[in-house]
Amino acid sequence: MRSLALGATLVTTTTLTPLAALAETEIQFWHAFTGRLGELVAEQVETFNESQSDYKVNATHKGNYSETLNAGIAAFRAGEQPHILMVFEVGTATMMGAKGAIRPVYEVMAGDDFDPDAYIGAVKGYYTTTDGQMLSLPFNSSTPVLWVNRDALSGAGIDPDTDLSTWQNVDAVLDQLAEAGHSCPLTTAWQSWIHLENLSAYHDVPFATQDNGFAGLDTELAFNGPVQVQHIAQMGEWAEEGKFIYAGRRNEGSANFRAGECPLLTESSAGYAGIKSEAQFEFDVRPLPYWDGVEGAPQNTIIGGASLWAMEGHEPAEYEAAGAFLNFLSSSEIQAKWHQDTGYLPITSAAGDLTREQGFYEENPGTDVAVKQMTTNAPTANSKGLRLGSFDQIRGIIDEELEAVWSGDKDAQAALDSAVTRGNQLLRRFERASN
Amino acid sequence: MGAGDRPLYPRMEKRVTFKGWLLPLCLIAPQVFISAVFFFYPAGQAVWQSLFIPDPFGLSSQFVGLENFEYLLGDPFYRASFITTAIFSTLVTLAAMIPALFLAVMADRLVKSAGVYRTLLIWPYAVAPAVAGVLWLFMFNTRVGVVAWYLGQLGYDWNHVLNEGEAMGLVVVASAWGRISYNFLFFFAALQAVPRSIIEAAAIDGARFWRRFFTIVLPLLSPTTFFLLVVNIVYAFFETFGVIHTITSGGPQQATTILVYKVFSDGFVGQDLGSSAAQSVILLVVVGLLTVLQFKYVEKRVHY
Repeated sequence: MRSLALGATLVTTTTLTPLAALAETEIQFWHAFTGRLGELVAEQVETFNESQSDYKVNATHKGNYSETLNAGIAAFRAGEQPHILMVFEVGTATMMGAKGAIRPVYEVMAGDDFDPDAYIGAVKGYYTTTDGQMLSLPFNSSTPVLWVNRDALSGAGIDPDTDLSTWQNVDAVLDQLAEAGHSCPLTTAWQSWIHLENLSAYHDVPFATQDNGFAGLDTELAFNGPVQVQHIAQMGEWAEEGKFIYAGRRNEGSANFRAGECPLLTESSAGYAGIKSEAQFEFDVRPLPYWDGVEGAPQNTIIGGASLWAMEGHEPAEYEAAGAFLNFLSSSEIQAKWHQDTGYLPITSAAGDLTREQGFYEENPGTDVAVKQMTTNAPTANSKGLRLGSFDQIRGIIDEELEAVWSGDKDAQAALDSAVTRGNQLLRRFERASN
Repeated sequence: MGAGDRPLYPRMEKRVTFKGWLLPLCLIAPQVFISAVFFFYPAGQAVWQSLFIPDPFGLSSQFVGLENFEYLLGDPFYRASFITTAIFSTLVTLAAMIPALFLAVMADRLVKSAGVYRTLLIWPYAVAPAVAGVLWLFMFNTRVGVVAWYLGQLGYDWNHVLNEGEAMGLVVVASAWGRISYNFLFFFAALQAVPRSIIEAAAIDGARFWRRFFTIVLPLLSPTTFFLLVVNIVYAFFETFGVIHTITSGGPQQATTILVYKVFSDGFVGQDLGSSAAQSVILLVVVGLLTVLQFKYVEKRVHY
């Protein structure tokens, strides 16, 4: 009986809610954030809802990135899709391929408030067409940097301000750390993203043909070139000598750095909040190292993170609401606050300038390293981003092959060749599915 | 058929003969309905989908015939995953059944507080596979894991992140752990059903405990053992992807990529529904064949 009564209450409340909110247009926003980030998203949504009375956004957490994308896809197939869906950067090609399932944000956001040139090129580039139209709104974007434990360097007799801008210099420091008895001089998070995808962009060499997939679905992987092979071979050597410790496919390595076990870490700039709250030592944020002598390096690094997609199949008034919300998220105040709270990159230059004016970078040295690294050079065809189908699976393949290098089972060339061959098969399947 | 065909002494079974067909049809209808809705319909869908390469959103799909199967079977990494699956399933089945039988025999001997032991031994079954995965992962975490730390103290450098054998061992233990409880329940119940008089007679003849166990108890348990063998193999084949997803994600390299994990990751991570459907059809055929083989050859050695 009790469950029956409960069911009846639920039915009444769900049927009554739309009545109460008849005056405003309600839209659904599905995202992948929990914890502190989840609270900050909820705060943004609340601020928007209170700032006007025409629209109401309902934010719902749908699991991690993969689960949120799956939920969106399943909902679309059932005709129950949300208005705005958060999709991680590797899902970009999947979303783009779904013509008829998505509505480009430049159409949804069009109006007085929308200026496509206000967005930072290197950030929005990942989500724009080759002719510069924005398909989704970058929401949280970060880029890899080098994290340095200053205390550990001093302890090993190394000047903590030593130049670590090139891998050649890092190599020398790794030697010194190993000699001083460190069991884990260097570790990394997100190996494919940092040591292949960003490595390629940073050295202005292609990760895949057809402008990294931007120019067509007939793209083929190309990360088995000399620059990438040389880098992976060097890391394999470090792994063999115990100077590079592999901790896992995701960001397991970050914990080793925060605990003070590994003095050097390559990890996303968005690791800032976690490192700042946990690290019991003085740390530095440094630009990602590059190989001195490679022509064009350092170019710029590319982003990781997620963007917001507007989904097809809703009423015009609801797209108006979605457009208003997305424009609100792009406003300088909201962006500057998001950038400072989370360590994610600002999506507009204005938000970056505002943060600077507010004195945030001076109070928190190193927080602008990522912004500079992204924006110093105008992106080239090799450093605009990646647009590859089945990219989540391709990253899985890269993880497997890199593990073979770290354990000494394969040399760098063989592993990368194999990853390219296997990944290309997936790209061909994706191409056929999308035609 | 004449009356003479009937055996003179009918077997000691209750047999009911229905008149007409309506009542028997009604009686099996629920089972047929459930099988149709939860097995035949989805299995049919999987077979149908395995002939296409669809896009994730269901906006378009291309008929490709058997090409998905060709693609899979031509992939050396997919073929290698059959061997990984065979090793994994064998180890999980053994690791889930042998300790369960041992514990059941021990619990069966208890006079005092058997109920407490029984309850405690059943507990792990209540833990969801993915949660069990996280528990084991924490114990063996290369950095903060308790077990990994003790192993380090003993001079053993545990690293399942890169060592393939250790990764396999870890997912086998994590998968088998919860199943031990399930198997324990069945073995324990079966042991209770072994007639005391036979055991006592053997004891009077001078047979010691383990001798009685191997010559009398184990053969009498064979129907239960056979049932558990089938059920555990099916479990190892189908229900272990949660554990693998949380502990190793199929790595290092492809050391723990079993067939069902690949179905899950290609379908739900990669959105390659055509390949995922084809893989589940292959898996269905493999497990079907395995079960037929078990009934044909292993069941002959079972005494009911």
